[in-house]
Amino acid sequence: MSAKASNDNLTQNLLQRAAPSRAEFEDLVIVPIFAVIVALAVGALVMLATAVDLPTIGRSYIALLQGSVGSLNALSETLTAAAPLVLAGLGLALGFRAGLFNIGAEGQIVIGGLAAVIVGFSFAGLPWFVHLPLALIAGALAGALYASIAGWLRAATGAHEVISTIMLNLISYRILDYVLRQPFIQREGRADPISRSVLDSAELPQLLAWIDPNLRVHAGILVVIAAVVVVHWILFRTKIGFEFRASGKNLDAARYAGMRASFTIVAAMASAGALAGLAGANQVLGVLDRASPGFSAGIGFDAISVALLGRSHPVGVLFAGLLFGALKTGGRQMQVDAGVSVDLIGIIQALIIVFIAAPLLVRAIFPWGFRKPQTEPNE
Amino acid sequence: MDVELRGITKRFGPIVANAEIDLDIRAGEVLGLLGENGAGKSTLMNVLCGLYTPDEGNIIIDGKPVTFDGPGAAIAAGIGMVHQHFMLVPVFTVAENAILGIEPTKQVDYLDLAAARQQVNEIGDRYGLQVDPDARIEDLPVGTQQRVEIIKVLVRSADVLILDEPTAVLTPQEVEEFFGIVRSLRDAGKAIVFITHKLDEILEISDRITVLRGGRVTGYGDPKTLTEQRLAEMMVGRPVRFDVDKAPYNPGDLLLEVRDLTVLRANDEIAADHVSLEVRSGEIVGIAGVQGNGQSALIEAITGLHRPVDGTIIFDGQDITNVSVRARHAMGMAHIPEDRQRTGIIGDFTVAENMALNSYYDERYAKGMSIVWPAVATHAADYVADFDVRTPSVHAKASQLSGGNQQKLVVARELSRDTKLLIAAQPTRGLDVGSVEYIHGRVVAARDEGDGVLIMSSELDEILALSDRILVMFKGRIVAEFDASKQPVDRNAVGLAMAGSAPRAAA
Repeated sequence: MSAKASNDNLTQNLLQRAAPSRAEFEDLVIVPIFAVIVALAVGALVMLATAVDLPTIGRSYIALLQGSVGSLNALSETLTAAAPLVLAGLGLALGFRAGLFNIGAEGQIVIGGLAAVIVGFSFAGLPWFVHLPLALIAGALAGALYASIAGWLRAATGAHEVISTIMLNLISYRILDYVLRQPFIQREGRADPISRSVLDSAELPQLLAWIDPNLRVHAGILVVIAAVVVVHWILFRTKIGFEFRASGKNLDAARYAGMRASFTIVAAMASAGALAGLAGANQVLGVLDRASPGFSAGIGFDAISVALLGRSHPVGVLFAGLLFGALKTGGRQMQVDAGVSVDLIGIIQALIIVFIAAPLLVRAIFPWGFRKPQTEPNE
Repeated sequence: MDVELRGITKRFGPIVANAEIDLDIRAGEVLGLLGENGAGKSTLMNVLCGLYTPDEGNIIIDGKPVTFDGPGAAIAAGIGMVHQHFMLVPVFTVAENAILGIEPTKQVDYLDLAAARQQVNEIGDRYGLQVDPDARIEDLPVGTQQRVEIIKVLVRSADVLILDEPTAVLTPQEVEEFFGIVRSLRDAGKAIVFITHKLDEILEISDRITVLRGGRVTGYGDPKTLTEQRLAEMMVGRPVRFDVDKAPYNPGDLLLEVRDLTVLRANDEIAADHVSLEVRSGEIVGIAGVQGNGQSALIEAITGLHRPVDGTIIFDGQDITNVSVRARHAMGMAHIPEDRQRTGIIGDFTVAENMALNSYYDERYAKGMSIVWPAVATHAADYVADFDVRTPSVHAKASQLSGGNQQKLVVARELSRDTKLLIAAQPTRGLDVGSVEYIHGRVVAARDEGDGVLIMSSELDEILALSDRILVMFKGRIVAEFDASKQPVDRNAVGLAMAGSAPRAAA
């Protein structure tokens, strides 16, 4: 009786969760914040080195802030720019969790966007609540299929996904060029490769047009929020997510546990491709209205940074995507107000990633932000 | 050279790994250092090797206090460590490995291999450590590789040699040879620290014994007057039982039948060569053998991790030769894998996640597509309590557990469901006496409840203590079988078969 009671007591104790450790907090929150600060500081040094005077540097950072969050229009632009970054970043994060370093988001965006455009300008007469989801699904599906090629190559032949996804990126550009010149896709009366326009019934509606028709933020941001929730659920609440994470952390243990390695690889790549495809669909249905060469605009590569900065966690990716969206729109304002090249934003983004990848460097620069590092006992 | 450690204290945050430890290491003596995993042996030795700086206390060499600011300083002072896991470059020769990092050179950085060879030969002659300096490491047996590790330390003119669990990889015969080397080193005036958890060995080789428990010294001893029983008590803190209580041997139906199983390694070498064996319910079949004789490949084929190229596996009446791991699991096969760190657990996952690692999809844990984490946690807490896994919480990361507790976690996961056949590979490797006692008890309990058990171990004592029947593997084949169900098996005969020198023994 009392033994039973004490056993229950023990079980209760075992179910207690320890508070998140200080080290985790430092790693997930403080390092990224300091990385951003250091990157901005180094960015200022770069401007100094290129003979920009101090007042201009000050003005450019103020412009960066104003241009990204300083007005309703700025916020709208930031969200618009962040949406595809978060979507593609979520896909990459999912792949990273499964141990797959997918460089192919760019190509998956191209193929997904292309599929969404084609569905978007076809099927005239469908009501929006059928047409829009159909176009989004087409984008996701095409992205998934395209990414699965790399997954299948890895699972069946061992071809490394880094190589195959880079190749698939290059192939996707040429597919885009080719498809855009097909008569049933190319806009009538145009000689250059450009697609027809998406029908109104397939467009992601602007959310704030009732305030000002120039506010471009569109319903894609709702898709983004849904995607964050769904990816979080998949990764941390489902069987397949458990398989992804187990395979990513320890492939031997995953195999021992009876998880099918090939299936996991293909499924993870397909999910990542679906999200990147959605990012492509988001661009053509919400912003661009059509597909043209280079419409992916490097989003798939920026998304790699977003996924890394977000530590492959859905919520982290959301914040990282918002930051990169803000940098992108703020950068434009910076160029207008202070005449500083928008390329500086690229430098700052790159620096953020460098410092994220080198937490020890950040710790060395800001020793007071961290507890003294400790050697772990190795017993 | 005499080394004294005085009042060594080393803390890691709130954890005190070493508390006021005094240790005397004297020239011409073998000091046996005994302790469970997590008792602080490795931390203490890392302090001595200059890897850690102690928070308190002194290291005194020949009466003079010293401080080491890194491993280099300790090596320069004449302290050398032979690690449990060899640190040799497999494609290099013995001489090349021996001088790695302190290469003798002539002009223009020309590598003076002749000098290296000579050094290896000199050391070999002086201490009875003869090794061909031009042999490549990968071609040498494990026992010889260990000699190379010792030569490496001696080339750096160490006077204090720390041997960390040196016998774990050796056959009984190799252990005898190895003890000969240790004695000749001692007689040549070297100071030896011999770290182990094997009680019989420490009694045989040591001149003095120091026992650690929970980061403190719990006993000093004279091997001439101490018994294994007393030593184990000092180490664990309570009386320990060595013999395993088993119900009478009463084998049931044929459970596992392996016929002519042939398994290849990744490089297409034959690992297991037409192996046939049977396991009945209610019996423990032990596979003895020195590591690397095909046992691992055989176990991997039986558990479905590795496809055999020939032969059949029949489990519970069904041919499972080409059946998936998960299906075997569902049929009631439990598998304690050989390498818990690499295969058995995922260190970054929580104890609860690890507890569900290979059954996250069954009705206990999953509903539709999702995993019901609260159910996983409550089940895990029950199993943790049942199997005495020491963890602060089921939400703690598995990597934070000690080796013994990680292994108990694996055992708990595998035995907490209804199984018919338990396959245990090296179930107690690197574990302390207390954990070994516990895990052996659980394995025998599974057998007494009618499970079939196939146990593979390179520790002969483990095989002898548990098995009803013993098979010995050598170079991919089963070379001998012993019946241990009625009377104890001759240890020497098994040892000889492990070394490949016995004719096919008939019981």
